[in-house]
Amino acid sequence: MTTSTSTVAPPAVETRHVPVRPPRRQGWLRRLPLLPALVFVVVVTQIPFLLTVWYSLQSWNLLHPGTKHFVGLRNYRTIFSDSIFRTAIGNTLLFTVAPVILSIVIGTCIALLLDRRVFGRGVLRTLIISPFLVMPAAAALVWKFTILDPVFGMLNYVLKPFGVHHVDWINTHSQATIITVLTWQWTPFMVLIVLAGLQSQSQDILEAARVDGAGAFRIFRSLTLPHLRPYLELGILLGSIYIVQAFDAIFMITSGGPGQKTTNLPYYIYEVAFRAFDIGRASAMGVVVVIATIVIATLALRLVSSLFSDEGMHR
Amino acid sequence: MNVGSTAVAVMSNRYRRRRLTVSVIAAGAVVTLALSACSSSKSSSGSSTGSSGSTTIKVAVVDNPLMTTIEKLTASGFSASHPNVKVKFVTLDENTLRDQVTKDVAAGGGQFDVVMIGPNDIPTWSKNGWIKDLTSYASDPNYDVNDIIKPIRDALSSSGKLYAVPFYGESSFLMYRKDLLQAAGQTMPANPTWQQVADIAKKLNNPSKGVSGICLRGKTGWGENLAALDTVVNTFGGQWFNMSWDPQLTSPAFQEAVTFYVNLIHDAGETGAANDGFNECLNNMEQGKSAMWYDATVAASTLDAPPSPIAGKLGFAPAPVVKTSASGWLWAWALSIEGSSKHADAAWQFMNWATSKDYIKYDAQKNGWAAVPPGTRVSTYQSPEYQKAAGDFAALTLKSIQSVDVNHPGVDPQPYSGIQYVGIPEFADLGTKVSQEMTAAIAGQESVSSALSKSQGYAQQVAQSYK
Repeated sequence: MTTSTSTVAPPAVETRHVPVRPPRRQGWLRRLPLLPALVFVVVVTQIPFLLTVWYSLQSWNLLHPGTKHFVGLRNYRTIFSDSIFRTAIGNTLLFTVAPVILSIVIGTCIALLLDRRVFGRGVLRTLIISPFLVMPAAAALVWKFTILDPVFGMLNYVLKPFGVHHVDWINTHSQATIITVLTWQWTPFMVLIVLAGLQSQSQDILEAARVDGAGAFRIFRSLTLPHLRPYLELGILLGSIYIVQAFDAIFMITSGGPGQKTTNLPYYIYEVAFRAFDIGRASAMGVVVVIATIVIATLALRLVSSLFSDEGMHR
Repeated sequence: MNVGSTAVAVMSNRYRRRRLTVSVIAAGAVVTLALSACSSSKSSSGSSTGSSGSTTIKVAVVDNPLMTTIEKLTASGFSASHPNVKVKFVTLDENTLRDQVTKDVAAGGGQFDVVMIGPNDIPTWSKNGWIKDLTSYASDPNYDVNDIIKPIRDALSSSGKLYAVPFYGESSFLMYRKDLLQAAGQTMPANPTWQQVADIAKKLNNPSKGVSGICLRGKTGWGENLAALDTVVNTFGGQWFNMSWDPQLTSPAFQEAVTFYVNLIHDAGETGAANDGFNECLNNMEQGKSAMWYDATVAASTLDAPPSPIAGKLGFAPAPVVKTSASGWLWAWALSIEGSSKHADAAWQFMNWATSKDYIKYDAQKNGWAAVPPGTRVSTYQSPEYQKAAGDFAALTLKSIQSVDVNHPGVDPQPYSGIQYVGIPEFADLGTKVSQEMTAAIAGQESVSSALSKSQGYAQQVAQSYK
């Protein structure tokens, strides 16, 4: 990372003020303390990535030892004609966008409530945050067996008086199940971020607004929301980065099924790599995912950023 | 990655400093995503020789009841007499175990010394040198290898060499609650057909009391729902591939069999069948939530022995048939030594103990004769104590195992070996994909015909390399 930032940074600096280039030796002396970190980053990220690219050009299946050979771009052609891969892309988008939006909306609401002075606020906060602290695999098992099980599950038990009977939630509403579990898990994260934003808000301004006769909703819309903008952005960005990799919940609860309804990219790559043992094809998928994620993340970030700045700050 | 970091760097340059950190994390995260999926873990050998001269071996087993017993008995039964060998168990569910173990042997990871595998793995794994030849170890007269039931021994051998020793062996049969059948005025024929079983199941089905007519596997996994379903397919006259390796998943017989299975679950099966595998159905039976269960013969050892609440209430019938005379599957959970293991001798000491006649006697002492691992040794079936304790299912288990034909289980000849699986290395992936479709059909999320036509497509891709 450090290298690429420094290669791009100089032109920007030059446009702003007259460049005073330090002598070469001095520059290297300054960079010296950074080198161990740089080497470490290269070793743990760049080298494995290059290896992955190399693997993706091979026909390499662990189940057939001794048949590894170079095939060029054939793996890439295979995955783009693979219907499950396309399904997995759609599911990945669904399982990222829906939980992020839901958790940020619910998270903001909860944060607004927690920001008030209520009795037992400390205990409440701890309770609200707890889903985030439970290990994802353990949480998935609790959802699968304790809550959603068609025979012994609590949800069916609670809904029984309302005429809901023995619904097999996980298989009849598989996508909704995954979205719910992810939202449940990530809402506390959003609460934390938004709450930090709310607590950094100046009380003076809020009081002034009240004196001016602004109602609660008006204050929220015109003052609180613009103030929260960077926090919401951060929440959406971090949330997307982590949720796009959702694996535990899918692996534990639905195993990608029924059919391919809940197979997202991480899970499909896992299946190709560790069930079909097709390392070449799995690597090609990994490379495609990295490139696509970077492109989409860049564009989405710009879009989100410009939307917020048009609406919020300047009004 | 260069593309990525530059893109992110350009971005961070444009926006404020706060974003830089975020973008760094972003780039890092996407790369980790790709790599965590691609790189196979080359963890250092799990086994090691301790300074005191003792050897630690790592054993990977499936989380079925009999295997949990062995874990409990190891401390007193094995470690006491073999102080120099320390055994560490890794217990995983069936699907995860297969993925983990295959990854480990194929990549030569050496994470485990002793692994639990099935007959389907033997031909390829022995050819690839992933597991060690046990013939010379097993020739020890005290071990008495010829006492192992022949179809099981054959299934674990390749070109005359033994590659694994069975911890338990099984076929499949029908278990039913005698008391419930009697109360409903039904009798189970000596050799039931699937149609007869379906009729009885519908009569016994009583959702208002929370009792289903039959429990059938619906859980995704080729060793889960496909195991049961494939035996139904075989006896309906269907098969996966014909002699010229053309996939037959959309043939009328295959279609009829799957439709029958799915309809039987919908009409008289357990609630949430799409989640149920062996352990879930076992639980259902123990809780009295199902009246019949078609599954592995080994289940009887747990169900019909104390402390099971329904012990003594069970009747047993051969696997139901349609067009064939027998339809049970053949399976063994067997122990073998990884090719890359450095502790083969210590590993064999453990395997020898775990699959010996003495283990069976020891287990009987601790847990009663009915609960010992079945389907491995003829001597178990000759033991009067076992016949007395397990009389209801012992003879039928042995007969079921002996009546299988691994190379020709269905009506038409097949170019592969295997009853409830196709004996090719790609089947783990193909079978799982097809079983996902079957789960969707069982859950009512997809029609049988569309599930099968998708499955046919997956099978076509695999068949290409065999034509």
